[in-house]
Amino acid sequence: MVMSAPRLAVEDLSYGYPGRDVGQHIHFTVDAGEVLCVLGRNGEGKSTLFKTILGLLPPRAGAVRVDGQPISGWAPRRRALAFGYVPQNSAAAFPFTVAELVLMGRTAHRGVFAAPSAADRRAADEAIVTLGIAHLAEREWLRVSGGERQLAVLARALAQEPRILVLDEPTANLDFGNQVWVLDAVRSLAETRGLSVLLSTHHPEQAFACADRVAVLAGGELLRIGAPVDVITADTLRACYSLEVAVLPVAEERYRVRVPRLYLQ
Amino acid sequence: MLIAAVAIALGPYPLGARDLLGFLVAKATGAATPLSPPAETVILQIRLPRVLAALAVGTALAASGAAYQSLFRNPLVSPDILGVSAGAAFGAVVGIFLSLPVLAIEAASFAGGLAAVVIVYGIAAAIRGRDAVLVLVLAGVVIGALFGAGVGLLKYLADPYNQLPAITFWLLGSLAATNPRDLTSLLPAVAIGLVPLGLLRWQIDVMTLGEEEATALGLDTRMLRIVVIAAATLMTSASVAASGIIGWVGLVVPHLARLVVGPAFVRLLPICALFGAGYLLAVDTAARTLGAVELPLGVLTAAFGTPVFLWLLAFSRRPAWS
Repeated sequence: MVMSAPRLAVEDLSYGYPGRDVGQHIHFTVDAGEVLCVLGRNGEGKSTLFKTILGLLPPRAGAVRVDGQPISGWAPRRRALAFGYVPQNSAAAFPFTVAELVLMGRTAHRGVFAAPSAADRRAADEAIVTLGIAHLAEREWLRVSGGERQLAVLARALAQEPRILVLDEPTANLDFGNQVWVLDAVRSLAETRGLSVLLSTHHPEQAFACADRVAVLAGGELLRIGAPVDVITADTLRACYSLEVAVLPVAEERYRVRVPRLYLQ
Repeated sequence: MLIAAVAIALGPYPLGARDLLGFLVAKATGAATPLSPPAETVILQIRLPRVLAALAVGTALAASGAAYQSLFRNPLVSPDILGVSAGAAFGAVVGIFLSLPVLAIEAASFAGGLAAVVIVYGIAAAIRGRDAVLVLVLAGVVIGALFGAGVGLLKYLADPYNQLPAITFWLLGSLAATNPRDLTSLLPAVAIGLVPLGLLRWQIDVMTLGEEEATALGLDTRMLRIVVIAAATLMTSASVAASGIIGWVGLVVPHLARLVVGPAFVRLLPICALFGAGYLLAVDTAARTLGAVELPLGVLTAAFGTPVFLWLLAFSRRPAWS
């Protein structure tokens, strides 16, 4: 029997900058429709890891495969058809509208000199409607709220029609409500479109809310990876954040909250 | 069009609207012109070339300014930022200093502009691992200053009776000496520069998101950067060779255009070309008609441009940058 290759495979990857490894021997896979949440304290290099997987930084060692194929040597266009990227801080220098921004997601689908086709515009409109921001389409992207801005960048990644979504702290700088909306949108995209999702966060609860599996980075290595219930434990959080934490079950074990013990004394 | 007609009509040798119209009709129908030979000479040899040059230079400076601004994600950038203007000026001054023929001066100006941009880009490529745009811009400023110093040295060494006035007046920016032959190098260069900018209009928008996001969206940013810089530099060098350093057009016009039609390059480029052409022609016409002596064009664009820019900076409701 031939095993089908995982959608995304990160194999013994070392990442960092010239002359300096930030992380080493990272090994994991993400299947189609699966959400993998990456936790790790500041400076662990979650952003650097993601950029290396996306091919924006060269790997120090190891390989990244998409559907079994090594992506080193892929042109930006081919990568863009595989990966949609939602960066931590997306900053347009000029006041584009939300619709214009989302349409830029179609860049990899058209020729170098080509104007966006009717199909491109349809895909962009559809992405905007899917994420429920149609009312913002003609607003300036820089002038909508933080959560709406993040949804617009997510819509752009969706219009890109990738197989894998990479989101670097998509809920940083968002208020509580917006965090929930954005994660809910990500979760449903994985379920309805079979997208593989790789996202990082500073909130361990978010892993329970949206992830199938959690990976914890500590000391430049992959400390643990597995189902949220197994990985997000008092032990792991102590190792990761140097903090004593109680992890308490809610709603019959489907969700758990973690409370720093400092607050319980 | 209207500005062009008025610009042709105005000047020391007055021509009426009826003269112009009659001239156009006669040319179109092939009939004998109703104008006297001197009037025809004024139109064909002096006014028309100058008007065309003003249109072309205005278009070139505004379009290349818009391209640089999008590429470097900074609306306060202008063709000067890469040291292009200074490099092209240095090339031309070398030509004047060596008493080269006019065509060679123009070639030297091209060479200077391209040399500046190649050096700047080389420096930026050599210093890796830092903010690429910042390094590029700083390198441009430094190289621009170096070429400016070179110009200063040549002015110091130049023959104070012939060369120095020529260099000084030309550096101030002027279209006074434009003749039909200048146009044969200026117009094709501007056209060649505009074509890739027009073709790449959608990609240039994506580039404004920054290196990483643009790459993640599938853009070959390195290739795009080289092509856009080459096109914009060609237009800038051609303009400098034709008319000296005319500042502010490449900064203020794209800014105004963006306020009117928004940042999308597909609309920004034609509006910039239109505004730039109209603006420079209007200023040039003012330069040669306002005073008894012709005013240097570069001085006037700066005098108009500075307050407009400060006004934009202070009162613009749409923050074009954040």
